[in-house]
Amino acid sequence: MSLLLLAVALLGFSGLCSLLLGGKRSGANTLGAAGGVVGSLVGILPAIQVLRTGTTATFYHPWNVPYGSFFLQIDALSAFFLLPIFLLSALAALYGRQYMESTPGGKNLGAFWFFFNLLIAGMALVVTARNGILFLMVWEVMSLASFFLVTFENEKESVRRAGWTYLAATHLGTAFLFVLFFLLGRESGAVLLDFDSFSGAGSRVSHVADVAFFLGLVGFGTKAGFVPFHVWLPEAHPAAPSHVSAVMSGAMIKTGIYGILRLLTLLGTPTPGWGWALLAMGLVSGILGVLFALAQHDIKRLLAYHSVENMGIITLGVGLGVLGMSSGHPALAALGFGGGLLHVVNHALFKGLLFLGAGVVLHETGTGELEHLGGLMKKMPWTAGTFLVGAAAISGLPPLNGFVSEFLLYLGALGSIEAQTMAPAGFLVIVGLALIGGLAAACFTKAFGTVFLGEPRSEHALRGHEPGRSMLLPMVLLSLFCALIGLCAPFVIGALCPAVSILTSMPFPRVESLLSPAKAPLLWVSVGGILFLVLAAGLAGLCRRLLARRRVEQAGTWDCGYVKPTARMQYTASSFAQPLTRMFDGILRTRESLDRPEGLFPVYAALKTEPRDLFNDLVYRPLFLGVEWLALRLRWLQEGHVQLYVLYIALTLLALLIWNLS
Amino acid sequence: MNTPSLILPFLALILSPLLVGIVNRTKAFFAGRTGQPLFQLYFDLAKLLRKGAVYSKTTSWIFRAGPVVQLAAAITALFVLPWGGASAPFHFNGDLILLAYLMGLMRFFTVLAALDTGSAFEGMGASREVQFSALAEPALLVGLAAAAHAGHDHIAPPLGNFQGALSLSGIYSSLSMDAWLSSGPALLMVAGALFVVFLAENSRIPFDDPNTHLELTMIHEVMILDHGGPDLAMILYGASLKMWLLGSLTAGLIVPVRTGNAWLDASAVFAGLCFLALLTGVVESTMARLRLLRVPQLLVSAGFLSTLALILLLWR
Amino acid sequence: MRLLVDALIVLLILTNLRLVASSHLAACIYVVALQGLVLGLLPLLVGTDPLTLRACVLSGLTMVLKGIIFPWLLLRALRAVQVRKEMEPLVGYTTSLLVGAVLLALAMWFGRRLPLPVSEASPLMVPLALFTIMIGLFAIVSRRKALTQVLGYLVMENGIYAFGLTFAREEPLLVELGTLLDIFMAVFVMGITIFHISREFDHIDTDRLSLLKD
Repeated sequence: MSLLLLAVALLGFSGLCSLLLGGKRSGANTLGAAGGVVGSLVGILPAIQVLRTGTTATFYHPWNVPYGSFFLQIDALSAFFLLPIFLLSALAALYGRQYMESTPGGKNLGAFWFFFNLLIAGMALVVTARNGILFLMVWEVMSLASFFLVTFENEKESVRRAGWTYLAATHLGTAFLFVLFFLLGRESGAVLLDFDSFSGAGSRVSHVADVAFFLGLVGFGTKAGFVPFHVWLPEAHPAAPSHVSAVMSGAMIKTGIYGILRLLTLLGTPTPGWGWALLAMGLVSGILGVLFALAQHDIKRLLAYHSVENMGIITLGVGLGVLGMSSGHPALAALGFGGGLLHVVNHALFKGLLFLGAGVVLHETGTGELEHLGGLMKKMPWTAGTFLVGAAAISGLPPLNGFVSEFLLYLGALGSIEAQTMAPAGFLVIVGLALIGGLAAACFTKAFGTVFLGEPRSEHALRGHEPGRSMLLPMVLLSLFCALIGLCAPFVIGALCPAVSILTSMPFPRVESLLSPAKAPLLWVSVGGILFLVLAAGLAGLCRRLLARRRVEQAGTWDCGYVKPTARMQYTASSFAQPLTRMFDGILRTRESLDRPEGLFPVYAALKTEPRDLFNDLVYRPLFLGVEWLALRLRWLQEGHVQLYVLYIALTLLALLIWNLS
Repeated sequence: MNTPSLILPFLALILSPLLVGIVNRTKAFFAGRTGQPLFQLYFDLAKLLRKGAVYSKTTSWIFRAGPVVQLAAAITALFVLPWGGASAPFHFNGDLILLAYLMGLMRFFTVLAALDTGSAFEGMGASREVQFSALAEPALLVGLAAAAHAGHDHIAPPLGNFQGALSLSGIYSSLSMDAWLSSGPALLMVAGALFVVFLAENSRIPFDDPNTHLELTMIHEVMILDHGGPDLAMILYGASLKMWLLGSLTAGLIVPVRTGNAWLDASAVFAGLCFLALLTGVVESTMARLRLLRVPQLLVSAGFLSTLALILLLWR
Repeated sequence: MRLLVDALIVLLILTNLRLVASSHLAACIYVVALQGLVLGLLPLLVGTDPLTLRACVLSGLTMVLKGIIFPWLLLRALRAVQVRKEMEPLVGYTTSLLVGAVLLALAMWFGRRLPLPVSEASPLMVPLALFTIMIGLFAIVSRRKALTQVLGYLVMENGIYAFGLTFAREEPLLVELGTLLDIFMAVFVMGITIFHISREFDHIDTDRLSLLKD
């Protein structure tokens, strides 16, 4: 425990120092990044210790804030979230040092690193806080720190707008959490809002538990980016510097998932309704997330929508787990929660990797627009190679880590169909995962293909070259982790058991015996992966030997008779995705404007597509316009006279008095 | 693991190009042509393996990795594939997922290799490929889930303790005549769905015409325009293995011969495969290619058939 | 026997789907004809007791009317108006299939929830009937051509017929015959109307008839 406190202190201290050093750019930059790396690495230790020994570390200190106490605890569930948070943050900080060097001169890097390290510390405290007040406080610290990071490039109009969207969304979510904690506190009747005291709150009156679950789903779901609360996500992620996006997408939105899971442990035995709600949420987020991603032209927006999709997959697992618990099928619960939790870590790894890769592209070429890129494979082979690993992993392909977590979910779903328990849920999970997998593969072949393969489509793409070692190293490490989890799949079960045992409130040996049947399949999955790699290596060697003494020529791409193919004749990202986006146009509503080629010798033709977000257009914009309209109508309330405000206060007090006395 | 299950994958490696031969012979028969020999693909492979190669200047190592990866993935998948009642060398719960995702891996790299050439035509083919396969995957997996259910109808095992009931070998060994008698309509629908997936994934009419002459209308053929020599050989061979994989899934279902003798069962499935190839030839000869806009509809229908079969089985 | 009934029910479900997924009007008519024939077969199989003359008459009459006469009438109308395809339906064909899947799930759910006696022939009868009714309604709502709407109406009636089969096999013969006669008249009238609409306006798109409201 003291190590975690040390880590938080280190992060805070280095952040403050670099804030003070703000004027000296390189000093602040190095110190901030070093503090982030060291602090995070120190923080990983207690998490590993808890996961290995299965103990719980606690820190309690009274606090004179009403209802509050300084109550921190690392149990297996917290540790399981601490691991990706700290790992990804450390790598992102390492990457960030070089990334930030090239920012324009006027920027205060000290402030940047202050908020960055604050964000890391905030996330770590969110998943360890065990008191409602403390939780809300660090939750807010995390949200605000990330807000300042998102608006780092605040000279751009679009960034400022993204920042406001994010701020509004995250506070709406927090509002729900406020109500949630005070509701739980009231029901439990305890003096402090400590989590321990909540445990009885839900079971006494069932609808209280339902209301609490709903509040948590909305509040935490906003942070996690569930559809339809996801609208801030595709705005905020592209606006932030790339390593911040990596941390936000890989780690921060996971705190939303953590919140839901922690809430479930507090509310006692779940009802099937919650499971169905989670399942529906996961299905909708997963499928819509990937569909929206398909329509995007900007690489970071595309990745942001994929975060929505992956949150959906995680939620499918959680939903399956809750259904298994509520219907009394512990094996289903264990597989669902296990798959979901593993996907939390996996998503942190590959999404972090992809955002860092996108950051390199952005950093080197100056654009994230897919249609302007191309052919970067030759200029930055390492970046491309690691991005490829990430792309294959996020598409759930063996032998990488994404496959392992999806495999666990499939196993739970197939099992539930086979045993006729919650078969509709199993069916939905299978259909959902299969569809999401196929569409994700489509989306990532598009992203990787247009960015790294083919010929450069613009001047921007000609500029690219490999970044420095300190930017490459994090990506290489992340892709190694992706492969490692895929090839050592059976061992992850052991790491999952303690956290699953907390979620299912079953003793550890029971969970172990429930999850151990999954070990053998995972072993075979790993064997299959290794077999595949050996075969691929063998075939590559064979091919090389066959061609060794033969004529191997270089020529232009055969383009069906065209003599001079140009880079502009390549298939574009939009055309690649067009059959699918056209098919789902009812949901995507991509705006198209087409200037048709005219005449026998057309000179000019243009097609412009603008991806939109259904929920933004149909739900939020009308909603906020309505609020604005209402606010304008109520302007007469606010005339600027002090007397009038005093009158309002007096009237309010009077009304409250009357209400209280009557 | 017994001797037949060890040998069968290697037999598949040898026999798979034969299927394409049967399809082509059937088509030749219907068209009244003499047609190519039954073993044409073997000759083609042998010829291609002896050639050099020409690579586009645009391409990178992805282009060369594409054929290697897809062939390696196809061979790996063979090791979880049962021949009807004869089980595969590797069988474990959920191996059907591995099989489906290995085919996903094949596709992923074929598509990337196509995009690597920077050609408009290959991009177009790749785009169609990912669209159709995204729709075929749910049909395949739900169909297999339904088949798993049809085999073990009366025993509902406690969840988490399946003893291989969720492996392809477990599923297919239980699809005996009894299963057909007790849940025939459902199995028929699954077979229909799998056949549609088989045609779609192997770029057969009505989804794609392997013999068309216009690049604009192709799907699979256009993606491999730039490959040549040993690379093309690997792609063609990988494609024939893919045909074998999906064909065995269908044939193992429609041939309910479960004698317990692995060799007998396997030969029955092989006969079923030949019949399937024949059927494919007939379909190709009698049908026209669908308009591309109609293809998703057919795939969604296949998914629907699978779903309906599953519902029917769960409803019993 | 059970297997056969199941197979027929599946066939009926599939005809429903084919109806909403097809753009060819003639194909739609054939599908509805097939549905009528299969539906006519069902009363012979559903009963456990030996065949009665009444069941045979009912079955035969249904098959002749729904499987032969109605389709023939509609095909004639189709030839007369010279329309071959349902162009631009209000809901696309792939979407229609997905809607069909949702409706089927709904029908299954209702079938479990509704306090109806479970048919001893097959537990799928009630869901099938509900599904057929819903598909009929959906066809009427989502298509433009008057002819498809007539088909939707027919399918809906088929659903009601299947519903009757599930629990009231002892329905008076007279009521059955009366219903059949009603539909016969309806189809007859609609066939003529379609022809007249077409002659008058050169099309049979019903949504364009809303201009007549003034």
